[in-house]
Amino acid sequence: MDTNVLFIFILAIFVGIEVISKVPSMLHTPLMSGTNAIHGIILFGGILVLADAATPLAQALGFVAVVFGSANVFGGFMVTDRMLQMFKKKK
Amino acid sequence: MSSQIVPLVIIGVSVLFILGIKFLSSPKTARLGNLVAAAGMFIALCVLLKTDGTSVWSHGWSFNYTLIVIGTLIGLIIGAIGAYSVKMTSMPQMVALFNGLGGGAAALVASLEFIKGAHGPEIAGIKLPALQAASAFIAGSMLFATLIGSLSFSGSIIAYLKLEGKFEKPHTFPGQNILNGLILLVILGLCGFLTFNASGGNATLAFIVLFCLALFFGVAMVMPIGGADMPVVISLLNSFTGLAVAADGFAINNLAMVVAGTLVGSSGTLLTLLMCKAMNRPVTNVLFGAFGSSGGSAAAAGGVAGTVKPIQADEVALLLAYAQRVVVVPGYGMAVAQAQHSVRELTEELGKRGVEVQFAIHPVAGRMPGHMNVLLAEANVPYDQLVEMEAINPSMDRVDVCLVIGANDVVNPAAREDKSSPIYGMPIIEADRCKTVIVMKRSMAAGFAGIENHLFYKDNTRMLFGDAKASLNALVAQVKAS
Repeated sequence: MDTNVLFIFILAIFVGIEVISKVPSMLHTPLMSGTNAIHGIILFGGILVLADAATPLAQALGFVAVVFGSANVFGGFMVTDRMLQMFKKKK
Repeated sequence: MSSQIVPLVIIGVSVLFILGIKFLSSPKTARLGNLVAAAGMFIALCVLLKTDGTSVWSHGWSFNYTLIVIGTLIGLIIGAIGAYSVKMTSMPQMVALFNGLGGGAAALVASLEFIKGAHGPEIAGIKLPALQAASAFIAGSMLFATLIGSLSFSGSIIAYLKLEGKFEKPHTFPGQNILNGLILLVILGLCGFLTFNASGGNATLAFIVLFCLALFFGVAMVMPIGGADMPVVISLLNSFTGLAVAADGFAINNLAMVVAGTLVGSSGTLLTLLMCKAMNRPVTNVLFGAFGSSGGSAAAAGGVAGTVKPIQADEVALLLAYAQRVVVVPGYGMAVAQAQHSVRELTEELGKRGVEVQFAIHPVAGRMPGHMNVLLAEANVPYDQLVEMEAINPSMDRVDVCLVIGANDVVNPAAREDKSSPIYGMPIIEADRCKTVIVMKRSMAAGFAGIENHLFYKDNTRMLFGDAKASLNALVAQVKAS
């Protein structure tokens, strides 16, 4: 096991808490939606797993994982952008 | 690209994710922040293809890659249709749904890795030294990702259905928490067994049982929680999915996934706690309290003294037109009635007459924190007119007219006055301190939390019954005329 990964994991926990602690509540919904899109990185996990799939079962499940992950990442960023483009200051 | 460069690129990607979340914290840079995070995602994808996947890609094109392309395109289409067709009022459901899909993907990825490990001698030792401790750690992360991911999947689907109005009341039965506790114990026991017997004969069977139990647990966890608490649940499940993705990152040794998942996990947990704090309820109370059912009966027993005083639209229009300062308190009712555009029209009309108009935003108004801001932004209300609860409460005494549109629990003075009320102690917008309070409401039904609202019976409160949008349009016409 690579302890460096754990090290990064622990630091990322604190960065995540620190970065979000300054977010005003008016942006909580876009923020939740934006972070939701970021965990769509699971798409890559799906791609890696499907690329290695050897049995029809693994292919089927991997395919579903890729579809889910892709919907998560693309839909997440698009819906967040759609929300945020409406935040305009007084003209 | 050599393998030394990849970690450097991943560092850059991590910085982009962190900056993206940071930019999301200010309205000016929020949209840029989202794009920065998306750019990070794209770069990470390029790196994945060129190096991490080199050995994978070097096998040449196969059916699996066709499947990857097709799957990604299908997901893209589903995501785009969902993102661009959803109404702004249904935004929380959409986030819940995307989150559930991410959780499902995380669970599937971990499951595939685990089953592959269980059937081969290379148990979880992929590209890693076959140390016993290392294998147990990797197996543990896979199990964690499976467990949390599938729980997040089924829980998010239930949250979605509840927000869509299906069985939104809490579902409880005696001993439910005990049953959930027992299921959790079995799950943990299975995890313990599988962590150290990942390649044993019964491993696959035990794994399938674990998967099903985790799915069931997600349902059992969310069903007893009332629809009003769904924002907290979605936020929590969002951070769960993040952690599941991070655990997947451990399992398949992908640093970008570890960083991204952990950032989401920790920030989502903090967001969940902030939301609970805004409602003045500990997170355990939200998850295990089955608050709505017990709250309703307690409030009914309490009873409220006083009478309700209705008012007509023309009178309200006069009050508004000759006020100096007006505060609008929007709630979910405004969203349901699609009244946000009419509200903006009314406030513009009042602005022309020199009336100072502000919107008072409660942190948990609507079905999601910031939900009202999104809706009002959609209706072109400038965001500097939106004032947060803490900022506006001290000056509520100097407000001539407070217009409560479809908000209920967030303006209920019972939170301040009635110790027996289930929402006692929750910070509220102190609308009752204004000179006149106009409550726009469809009927006298109780709010989402099922609690009687003391505000409706105050001496300075008038009720304007009817559909919020129709009432507002009438007000706009009357204000223009007067």
